[in-house]
Amino acid sequence: MTSTPKTPKTTFDKIWNAHIAQSKPGFPDVLYIDTHFIHEVTSPQAFQTLKDRGLEVARPQQTVATADHNVPTLNQHLPIQDALSRFQVETLIRNCEEFGLELYGLGHPNQGIVHVIGPELGITQPGSTIVCGDSHTSTHGAFGAIAFGIGTSEVGHVLATQSLLQYRPKTMKIEINGPLSPGVSSKDIILYIISRLGVSGGTGYFVEYAGDTIEALSMEARMTICNMSIEMGARGGLIAPDQHTLDYLQGRDFSPQGEDWEKASTYWLSLRSDEGAAYDKVLAIDAPAIEPMITYGTNPGMGMGISQTIPALSDIGAKELPNFQKALKYMDLKEGETLLGKAIDYVFIGSCTNSRIEDLRLVADLVKGKKKAPNIEVWIIPGSKRVEKQAQEEGLDQIFREAGFELREPGCSACLGMNEDKVPAGKYCVSTSNRNFEGRQGPGARTFLVSPLTAAAAALHGTIQDIRQLL
Amino acid sequence: MSSHFSIIESSAVPLPMENVDTDQIIPARFLKAVSRENFGENLFRDWRFDKSGNPIADFVLNDGRYSGEILLAGKNFGCGSSREHAAWALKDYGFKVVVSSFFADIFKNNALNNHLLPVQVSDDFLDSLLQAVQNQKDTPIKVDLENQTIQLLSTGAQESFEINAYKKMCLLQGLDDLDYLLALTPEIQEFEEKRVL
Repeated sequence: MTSTPKTPKTTFDKIWNAHIAQSKPGFPDVLYIDTHFIHEVTSPQAFQTLKDRGLEVARPQQTVATADHNVPTLNQHLPIQDALSRFQVETLIRNCEEFGLELYGLGHPNQGIVHVIGPELGITQPGSTIVCGDSHTSTHGAFGAIAFGIGTSEVGHVLATQSLLQYRPKTMKIEINGPLSPGVSSKDIILYIISRLGVSGGTGYFVEYAGDTIEALSMEARMTICNMSIEMGARGGLIAPDQHTLDYLQGRDFSPQGEDWEKASTYWLSLRSDEGAAYDKVLAIDAPAIEPMITYGTNPGMGMGISQTIPALSDIGAKELPNFQKALKYMDLKEGETLLGKAIDYVFIGSCTNSRIEDLRLVADLVKGKKKAPNIEVWIIPGSKRVEKQAQEEGLDQIFREAGFELREPGCSACLGMNEDKVPAGKYCVSTSNRNFEGRQGPGARTFLVSPLTAAAAALHGTIQDIRQLL
Repeated sequence: MSSHFSIIESSAVPLPMENVDTDQIIPARFLKAVSRENFGENLFRDWRFDKSGNPIADFVLNDGRYSGEILLAGKNFGCGSSREHAAWALKDYGFKVVVSSFFADIFKNNALNNHLLPVQVSDDFLDSLLQAVQNQKDTPIKVDLENQTIQLLSTGAQESFEINAYKKMCLLQGLDDLDYLLALTPEIQEFEEKRVL
């Protein structure tokens, strides 16, 4: 007997192919969406479209809502002070009631940043297609899912039809091998990759992260990597499901159980890219070469190893020079400067990139029994009510309070400066978030993107430190 | 969406900066609205106005010599956040076309879904357009969607641009993805019924 040789497929191909509801030459694929997350900021106009056209939500049980971008992180039990924010959050509540959608809003024990709660509740599952009106939806790719951010029009498309019109992106494999040095975490890996590829190096691609470095990472560490795929322009990033994935998901609220679990987990493990599967682009990264990373400019690609110096003007190409100079002027930094020892004003530990329990544990381990530097403010914002509760159960809240950190309630907070948590103009903020764009953390705010460990070290010293010297 | 897109002939506003992210196009603190209207007021807010709300003289939108329905933008325009508010703000301000040598994915989709036409040209052609506009501020540029060409009318220099046939049809006929997807409801239901796991 001879078996028909099959074309080897990537994880991406397997999932995409299993979700094409219609494929027609000259037209985009009709991609079926399994799971849709929505939040208060990018959904109201989509609901309005449905109302204007007299449409229902096609599959209400496949959309889950939360309030995260525009919520206060203090006194969440009180009415929201800012009238516009309150109206936006109330609009989400009304829309969810009207269309029959599950809402984990303020006060709900499942509330939190959309990309934190999906995985922790087991709603995020391997092999599925997941979208949300938020570019960091790529986070869910850590589970071996095709997950990507969409605009509000597309939120409307998914609500009304559970589908999207999509062009199949190209695929890129980034293979990372070797052990990580002490003090280097998954945040440093992704900042390193983005500094190498630049902010548009991934545009048009869906990235698969592979290699033994990735395989050794926890699910939460993997989420940090997939989260920032968009910062190099990639449509999304994913990691093939493995035993870590199953161990993380088993027993979670929305994970399959019993026989369904057996069936699902067998299928999930089959999604690994086949030997010899072809990618449009392949990149190899040597993990031991990665040191703790920091950004110096105004996009996530303007990053360097913490022991390195800001590039000289003469090292920058003519086309990039205006941007580079504008960035340094905005940051009030000089070419060739080191950032080590630089005095900072704020530390922000939070965001969909780094606000999970493992992030908080890393920070707590370093700061236990110590105090923050007197001249700075430190905000630590758990990613969800569940993370907050877990931190309390482990006594981490006590460690943070004793260190002088301000532990607030869950939300996107100072990552995007939409609520009150803004860094004042001209002030430096060492941040575990994902974007250092001009004004991202508040008009005129200056952001250094780092790992939770490097942020914790900055909190203790009030200056930028090489974490490796402190371990 | 009812507007039919065909030929735009207009002067252009040059913004050659690369990697303009959507936080610059419309900062997050202006995303609290629940409608699509009036985002143009805050387009490029922090480049356009100082802290007190006074126009910053050297920003191009405040330079009375430049105007038009076409924005000439640097490489990788629209990177970062997926906020469709960026496309709404550009459209509301009066732009109908954004020309760049490279667009970020999500922005491009959002722009097309709002019938704001992203025209991707070569680096060289973008440079020549920017140069021409700097030399003569009101020099007219013609964007012809049907024929997929962009032309500098003063010299006749032109380049063709790519656009997906489906999206082109949507723009020319004033259709959108939702119409298309709704028409496929039976096929989508059939897919749901047939799929295993």
